[in-house]
Amino acid sequence: MPVFEYAPAPESRAVVDIAPSYGLFIDGEFREAGDGKFFKTLSPSSEEVLSEVAQANAEDVDRAVKAARKAFESWSALPGAERAKYLFRIARIIQERSRELAVLESLDNGKPIRESRDADLPLVAAHFFYYAGWADKLAYAGYGADPKPLGVAGQVIPWNFPLLMLAWKIAPALATGNTVVLKPAETTPLSALFFADICRRAGLPKGVVNIVTGDGSTGAELVAHPGIDKVAFTGSTEVGKAIARTVAGTKKKVTLELGGKAANIVFDDAPIDQAVEGIISGIFFNQGHVCCAGSRLLVQESVQDELLDALKRRMRTLRVGDPLDKNTDIGAINSAEQLARIRELADAGEAEGAERWAPECELPSSGYWFAPTLFTGVTQAHRIAREEIFGPVLSVLTFRTPDEAVAKANNTPYGLSAGIWTEKGSRILSMASKLRAGVIWSNTFNKFDPASPFGGYKESGYGREGGRHGLEAYLNV
Amino acid sequence: MSERLSILKTYKLYVGGKFPRSESGRVYEVTDSKGNWLANAPLASRKDARDAVTAARKAFGGWSGATAYNRGQILYRIAEMLEGRRDQFAAEVASAEGLSASKAVALVNTAIDRWVWYAGWSDKIAQIAGSANPVAGPYFNLSTPEPTGVVALIAPQDSSFLGLISVLAPAIVTGNTTVVVAAERAPLPALSLAEVLATSDLPGGVVNILSGRTPELATPLAAHQDVNAIDLAGADPALATDLETAAADNLKRVVRPHPVDWRTDPGTDRLLSFLETKTVWHPMGV
Repeated sequence: MPVFEYAPAPESRAVVDIAPSYGLFIDGEFREAGDGKFFKTLSPSSEEVLSEVAQANAEDVDRAVKAARKAFESWSALPGAERAKYLFRIARIIQERSRELAVLESLDNGKPIRESRDADLPLVAAHFFYYAGWADKLAYAGYGADPKPLGVAGQVIPWNFPLLMLAWKIAPALATGNTVVLKPAETTPLSALFFADICRRAGLPKGVVNIVTGDGSTGAELVAHPGIDKVAFTGSTEVGKAIARTVAGTKKKVTLELGGKAANIVFDDAPIDQAVEGIISGIFFNQGHVCCAGSRLLVQESVQDELLDALKRRMRTLRVGDPLDKNTDIGAINSAEQLARIRELADAGEAEGAERWAPECELPSSGYWFAPTLFTGVTQAHRIAREEIFGPVLSVLTFRTPDEAVAKANNTPYGLSAGIWTEKGSRILSMASKLRAGVIWSNTFNKFDPASPFGGYKESGYGREGGRHGLEAYLNV
Repeated sequence: MSERLSILKTYKLYVGGKFPRSESGRVYEVTDSKGNWLANAPLASRKDARDAVTAARKAFGGWSGATAYNRGQILYRIAEMLEGRRDQFAAEVASAEGLSASKAVALVNTAIDRWVWYAGWSDKIAQIAGSANPVAGPYFNLSTPEPTGVVALIAPQDSSFLGLISVLAPAIVTGNTTVVVAAERAPLPALSLAEVLATSDLPGGVVNILSGRTPELATPLAAHQDVNAIDLAGADPALATDLETAAADNLKRVVRPHPVDWRTDPGTDRLLSFLETKTVWHPMGV
């Protein structure tokens, strides 16, 4: 078969203007950290320094919480319809600046522009639109006639979907009348700082949104601060447990959206080509930096060979490289640290006896890269079947009966998502009811929508984001 | 003719549908509010707590998989069985809590009515807690509540019967299975309730009832890796903080203790506390 090469099709980065340094966004203004410390944020695809960002310490966090507390009084007293208008303004400005923000996101995070442009940014704007509409309808949400906001929300978000996770946190918090202090991830702080500028453009009252940048210590200060009423965290299960311990014995309300090790289950009657596309999007979307990634493929034994052949064929067509190239399927791994973790787990997979396969693909010489990889001959005891890799690595296991598939799928402390591929409707419904996971994608995978509640069972965390259910996290119910 | 000598009851634990003594062989003296001896209650051990969790886990598949209608019928049956034994429970509650007969009767009546109230929720909760979600694409998208799993209930210390039922009924009506730590100083109404549960078609293991020292039993339950949630109603503030900290190890869902007037309308808070929302997507097409 002839191979047609793609010409480079880079998105212009001229559309985004990154300042050499950024302060903290507190009480409506950018200001330096109290002790004047900065840290660098890199482009993971080139290791180029994009900017320097303030490292917030305990005093900065305190200042931000106080600003949010002060703003809470008037913000929560504002009629819902007025809060809604601010959120609608923010949604519109995000739409207007979506190309700029998409490029920024791809630069700072390493994700392909195709995804930041077609998935992240549209979902960000949609999330603000969705919750804007709730702000003046809370009495009808099923949480009592007059549900109240909690107060100040401390929010800590991860690096895999920086702006989308910000939207998931800030939109429902503001719609319900809370004010927020948000800490973006250490490796991807820029889109949150651009968002701060959007808040100013939208005329959002000072102190309603505060952004404190920093590392894990900043997040820990925020979560432990006695002046916050609510903690919302998305990230690792390990940190989630530490947060749950920190808030024990307090009145702080907590929602946690944590790790996963989702089973993507393919039955012998599944449409193979569609299943292959679902498996690809399930594990390689966003370099596999997805908590709900379909990282365990459970394939019915009778179609294993056929499916794996088709899957490998498809993997050979994946294009790994420049995140700003519109033809790129898989971008850069977000950080050197994450790359080391993926490598360590992949090596453990080999050492424990699983068979490793990756298509031949040339990786750029600078930046952090990992080729799309699959492991066959994986057992449930293998680390690559138990631990979240958070990278483009798929572990393939097999099953014979639906009961065995359910048992294997549920054999994990996690419970965030699962996939089912079969043409038989009754089997979908039966499987969906037996899988202990918060999101079940049947004959599809990795679909998101602001109207659709998202969140986990078991050690994948608690609380839901999205939909009517997402309001509960920010109301006194 | 001499007055007939009454027959005293040996109170036992309720685990997996059976009535065992504590594996430790221990008992403790239960007195009324004036200090008069009422009975010996089993002083359950950590091992009893673990056995109870095992029984609850074993029962979870069947109970969570039962139809909502069936669960509602069984809860209603519990109310029926209690109705016939109102006098017994009123007497036990009166001596346990130091109440007048009329006050105890009122509490028992409220408790029975509460079973009826929760029985009716079984096939309605999904309609208020679930949703059909209008996503921006050709997908069917439905959210439904499912039971969290095995729930440990530290029953209220201040309300040995109504309080207990107010935390137990909402947990099981939605399909969870439970391990109950009865009020430490007033465990007898809880242990007698087991006799009602055992004769109400409630499958063994759905409710397991332990009596003993609250910290001794609650601590291993809070740390147990196969317990999914814990209601701390009966834990004092210091113990509650310790239990919540231990519960973080496997991210149990935690209901913190807060003052409740058990006689008032309970609302849906506890019903909704031990539910997980599952959202199922499917493409639409021909």
